Order: sequence, then C-alpha cells, then structure tokens
Amino acid sequence: MSDKAIKVRTFAEMTAAGETPEILFWVGCSGSFDDRAKKITKAIVRILDHVGIKFAILGSEEGCSGDPAKRAGNEFLYQMQAMQNITTMNMYNVKKIVTGCPHCFNTLKNEYPALGGSYEVVHHTQLVQELINVGKLKVQGGEFKGKKIVFHDPCYLGRANSVYEAPREIIQKLDVELAEMKRSKANGLCCGAGGAQMFKESEKGTKEVSTERAEEALALEPDVIAVGCPFCNTMMTDGVKHFNKEDKTKVLDVAELIAKANDL
Amino acid sequence: MLSPIVFSVLLIFVAIFFTYHAKKIRRNILIGKDIDLSDNKGERFKTMLKVAFGQSKMVVRPVPGIMHFFIYAAFVITQIELLEIVIDGISGGHRRIWRAIDGTALSGLYTFTINFIEIISVLAFVATITFLSRRNIIRLARFQKPEMKGWPTKDANLILCAEIFLITCIMMMNSADLELQARGETHKTAQFIISSNFQGIFSGMSTSAVHLFERIGWWGHIMGIFGFLVYLPISKHLHILLAFPNTYYSNLKLKGEFTTLEAVTDVVAPNFDPAYQPKTDPNNPVRFGAKDVHDLNWKNLLDAYTCTECGRCTSACPQNITGKKLSPRKIMMDTRDRLTEVGKNMDANGGTFVDDGKSLLGDYITTEEIWACNTCNACVQECPVNIDPLAIIVEMRRFLVMEQSQSPAELTNMFSNIENNGAPWQFSQSDRANWTNEN
Ligand code: SF4
Ligand code: SF4
Repeated sequence: MSDKAIKVRTFAEMTAAGETPEILFWVGCSGSFDDRAKKITKAIVRILDHVGIKFAILGSEEGCSGDPAKRAGNEFLYQMQAMQNITTMNMYNVKKIVTGCPHCFNTLKNEYPALGGSYEVVHHTQLVQELINVGKLKVQGGEFKGKKIVFHDPCYLGRANSVYEAPREIIQKLDVELAEMKRSKANGLCCGAGGAQMFKESEKGTKEVSTERAEEALALEPDVIAVGCPFCNTMMTDGVKHFNKEDKTKVLDVAELIAKANDL
Repeated sequence: MLSPIVFSVLLIFVAIFFTYHAKKIRRNILIGKDIDLSDNKGERFKTMLKVAFGQSKMVVRPVPGIMHFFIYAAFVITQIELLEIVIDGISGGHRRIWRAIDGTALSGLYTFTINFIEIISVLAFVATITFLSRRNIIRLARFQKPEMKGWPTKDANLILCAEIFLITCIMMMNSADLELQARGETHKTAQFIISSNFQGIFSGMSTSAVHLFERIGWWGHIMGIFGFLVYLPISKHLHILLAFPNTYYSNLKLKGEFTTLEAVTDVVAPNFDPAYQPKTDPNNPVRFGAKDVHDLNWKNLLDAYTCTECGRCTSACPQNITGKKLSPRKIMMDTRDRLTEVGKNMDANGGTFVDDGKSLLGDYITTEEIWACNTCNACVQECPVNIDPLAIIVEMRRFLVMEQSQSPAELTNMFSNIENNGAPWQFSQSDRANWTNEN
C-alpha cells in the first residue's frame, strides 16, 4: 500500500460545504481506535477514493453501533446507542452505508430498522464486489498473484447474513489460489471474538477458539489468511502467533488485499 | 373372539394415554410467553416441507443423513401396513385390505406397497445397527458428552432396539404368513421380496407352530407400536411429531437479527422522541430476559420438546469444541427437564405453579455456560429441526445484565466505556476521527 496521504471528510464538513455524500462510510470502534484495524479502514478509504465515490464519515458523531452491548444482553445500552446513531444519521438524511465491520453491518442493516433507522447497508466486501462488477474498479493480483489464500468467514457476514460469495469473488480476482477450510461458509467456525467474547477472558476450557481456528487455517499452509472483520483479524493474528507462523502466513483484510495488490 | 376385544381395549387405552400426555405437553409449551408467528404461512409451509418432511438439513452429514432417512421412510411408509393391522385387529380378521382388493386393479398396488415396506425396512434395519454401533462401539464423540450420561443414552439405545424389534416382528409375520399361504391355510397374496427368503425357516414346523409365529410377529409389531406411543411423551423421540410444527414456526429472519425488546424501547425512546407512544402496558411490567421457563416464549419451549439430542449443535459449537462447559444441546435438554418439572409442579398443585425455589438459570444452566457463547449461530445452522439454542442463551444474558446487573467484570467495564465514550474501550469519542490524520 502506498503512503499517499488520505483525505477524509465528515458529514458535518460536507454538509456545511453544501455537498451531499453518496454514501456513509461507517468506520466502527475497531476501525477508529485499534491500530491494526485502522490500516483496514485506510485501505477501504483508498479504494473509495480510487473509484471516486463521494463518501463521508460521521467522525466524532459516530458512536458504537451497540453490537457488543446487545450480544452481551444489555438491550438498554444497545438501544441508547442505536437511537443516538439513528438520530444523527436521519438528521444527515443518510441513504446508503458501507461498513468496515460485519458486526456494525449486521446491527445497522437488520436491527436499526425496528428503532426507526432504515438504510441500505453493505459490507465493504459487497461494495468492492459491486464496484468490480460494474467496471468501476479494475483489480489485478500484484504481489499476491499465484499465492495461496484462505478466507475465514466472519460469523456476522456469513451465517448471520448469508454473504459468502462476495469476499471469495474478490479474492479470486487477484489470480490467487483460493483454498477452503473444511469448516467454511455456513459451517464456518467462529474466530472466538463474537458475542462480546472479544472483551473478556474465555471460560475454562482446553484451548482458545482462535487457536483452534488458526490451526485449521494453517494446516492448509496459506500465504495469507484473508478476513473481513477487524475482530477476526485480531483473533486470527493471535492464533497465527500462537503457532509462530507469522513469518510465513499473513493475516489481511480483503480490503487490504485489494489496496496492496493494486497500489492504491 | 377374545383377541379383537383385547386389541380394541388396548387401542383405546393407548389412545387415551397418548392424548392425555399430548395435552400436558401442549399445556407446558403454552406456559411460555406469547409470540406472534402467524405470518408468512406460505413460506412457513415450504420450510416445513423442506426441513422436516424433506430432511434437508440431515443430509449435510451424508452417512447419518441417509441412514436416518431410511428409518424415517420406513416409519412413515409402515403406517400404511399399520392401517391393515389395526383393521384386522379390531375385526379379528386377516389381511382384510388385501382380501377386499384381491383381483382388482388395486391388488398390484398392495403388493408393491408391502414390497416397498419390506425393502425400506431392511435398509432401516441396517441403519439401526449402524446407529447402535456409532453410539456404543465407535462411540462418536458427540454422543459421549456429559449431558448424555444416564437416561439420554439409554433412551436412544432403547428406541433403536425397539426399531429392530419392530422390523423383526413384521418380517416374521410376513414370512410365516407366506408359509401358511403355501400350505393353503390363509388367503394367498403375491410373494414378498424380502420375507420370502425367510419362509424356509418355517418349512419344518407344524402348521400350528407357524400360526403361532405369525401371531407373535403380528402382536409383537402392534404392541411395539403401542409401546412406542406410550413411551414417546417421555422420550427425545417426540421429534418425529414435533419436527413438523417446530420447523413451521422457524425463525424466518436472518440469523443475525436479534429480537428488539419493546419494553426497553418504551423506556429509551422518549429520550429521543417526546411524542413517542409506549407499545407495552406500563401497568404490567415484564421481566427483562429469562430466568426460568415462564420467561421464555412458547417457541423456545416447543424447541425444547423437539430436540432429539443428536448433538449436531454441540459438535459445531466453537466453545464446546475447545473444552468449555457450554453445550447448546444441554441448553435445550435443561430447558425441557425444567419445563417437565414445572409441569409436574402444576399437576400437583391443581394446575397452578407454586414457587419451588428453583429456576432454569442457576439450578440447571450456569452463568459460566451463558457467558461463554460466541453468538455465532453455528448451533442454529446445524440443527436439523431448526431449533434455536442461541435465543435462550441471549434471553438469559438479558436477565443477568438488566435484572441482576450481573456480568463478568470485563463486560461491565465494556458497558461503561460504551456508555461514557461511545466505544467499548477507553477512548474519547472526540478522538474518533484521529486516524484520518495519522500515517
Ligand atoms: S451460538 Fe453460542 S452456543 Fe451456539 S454454537 Fe455459537 S457459541 Fe455455541
Ligand atoms: S438442538 Fe437440534 S442439533 Fe442440537 S441436539 Fe437438539 S436436535 Fe440436535
């Protein structure tokens, strides 16, 4: 990925300048604050920039989607967050949203409508697929050409929303060998982060879920474990480190693959 | 003329007994809170046809899927022969349907049906032996989990042995009957494809002995069926009936969409919209989430009675795979056990539940199990009869957090971070766009 400086504007700034963004880029908490996830966020920005989509973020007006609170049983906190966000987005008359995280994607798309927030919500892999399909984004394999890549399905993109093909189609566009784990698509195994587990120690057991999943992926000896979720990214990175395989196998988001391969 | 009377009395007894228990189960399920699932009838019907009737989720694991299909097909198709058995039983006749249609165009259909039943029964026999060995000799991991200790394992083996007994009886009945036909003792049918192979066993016996074997086969089969009906309500085998309503009432939404609690919306929404009109009755406050079976909805409880304890859910659960206590199958078994206990309590107290100081959460399901869940939906995806263990887990988390303010310390921290900073970590919301200026 190039070091070109990125320019991102907020809805507030664009509205003040009399402009109307086509799409809201919902960055999410991980994408905003986690150092590793910020790189994914920037890769998404570079793709959006490259194709010339007029997008904006909410910046400090964005709050947690409420997903971890809801999955952990705190419906009050979830609804507080959701209604705050909905108020903001309705004020800006948001129509379409792209998220960098399947958890935000799921919550905004499926759970906000019941609280008065109905938008067209897509996950970034779906947007990239759409851009490729309509010919706005041309991709080539670049440094990944001929490499072996295995895709780990995020639960909240896959099983939760039945999106299995978008990330795979994009990866295949890179002229790579797409390997599949035995537990994939509808039978995919969680990375261990979902259901607010990201924020707590696991219960007593024999193994970490992330270790179990990384072991399965590493058995295929891939050059890259591709993910579509910042939490999966953290977990799979931990898992790969557990087996001291970080030199051989990289954990990268699909957005990063596209941005790196095409020098965006 | 004794046997038609004995048969009819038994039939009536079994019918009364079964209806009595079916009503109890229905009452127990309706202990649950109401939930409106009367929408999308067409799609619901299609789901039922596909998942319950067509067993679409069973074949995901081909070996047990196909084997189970044999047993299922044998079970369904044998009901046709059962019809004749019941007619014969009540009237004291023999192969009444055959006698009525012999020589007509329908006789071919009769022969075809009996032969079809025989073939499928042999396949079911093989499947049953396979299943018994998977459980007891190969000892497949998913059948050896802690929640399967004791009764659940016995229950499964008992049913499989009963299946073998039923098939043996019907084969004995048909082959002895063929021998009797050969001796001119009974009305002639066509040859039966499987049982004709066993006819030789009886060739050296006296006619009265063959008669006896034919009757043992006949009575054995029907007694097996009666026994099954009596046994059904206390066994995991209710799924053969409940799989149909349970898949009909499947969750048709995307798995990622969790329910929105209206009672919570009524509290939160006025902060954002002063004109908001509450949707729930403020004079009738509800408990948030679930502590006991009363707090779950009737679909959760129907799920519990439908569970066949196959453990597909548990074998796909990331937390169970990695040695944690959480097992979605156990969640369902616990829910049913507690519900049965609550039902008995009601029976003992004239139909109303008297507090027994126990609850599903705490006495059956522990918080350790509840907090381990990844909400990954693998269990929901796996279940061949569309049971949703995750829904119960989430309701229990809701109870713990919103009614008891009880959550693991790290989660309590996460909550207060979201509340104060709009993010699960301790970063200030005003710094949310800082990444745009970093390299
Ligand atoms: S949703 Fe929870 S119980 Fe079900 S498989 Fe996933 S972790 Fe296990
Ligand atoms: S919940 Fe479904 S998958 Fe799990 S044991 Fe019961 S029937 Fe089997």
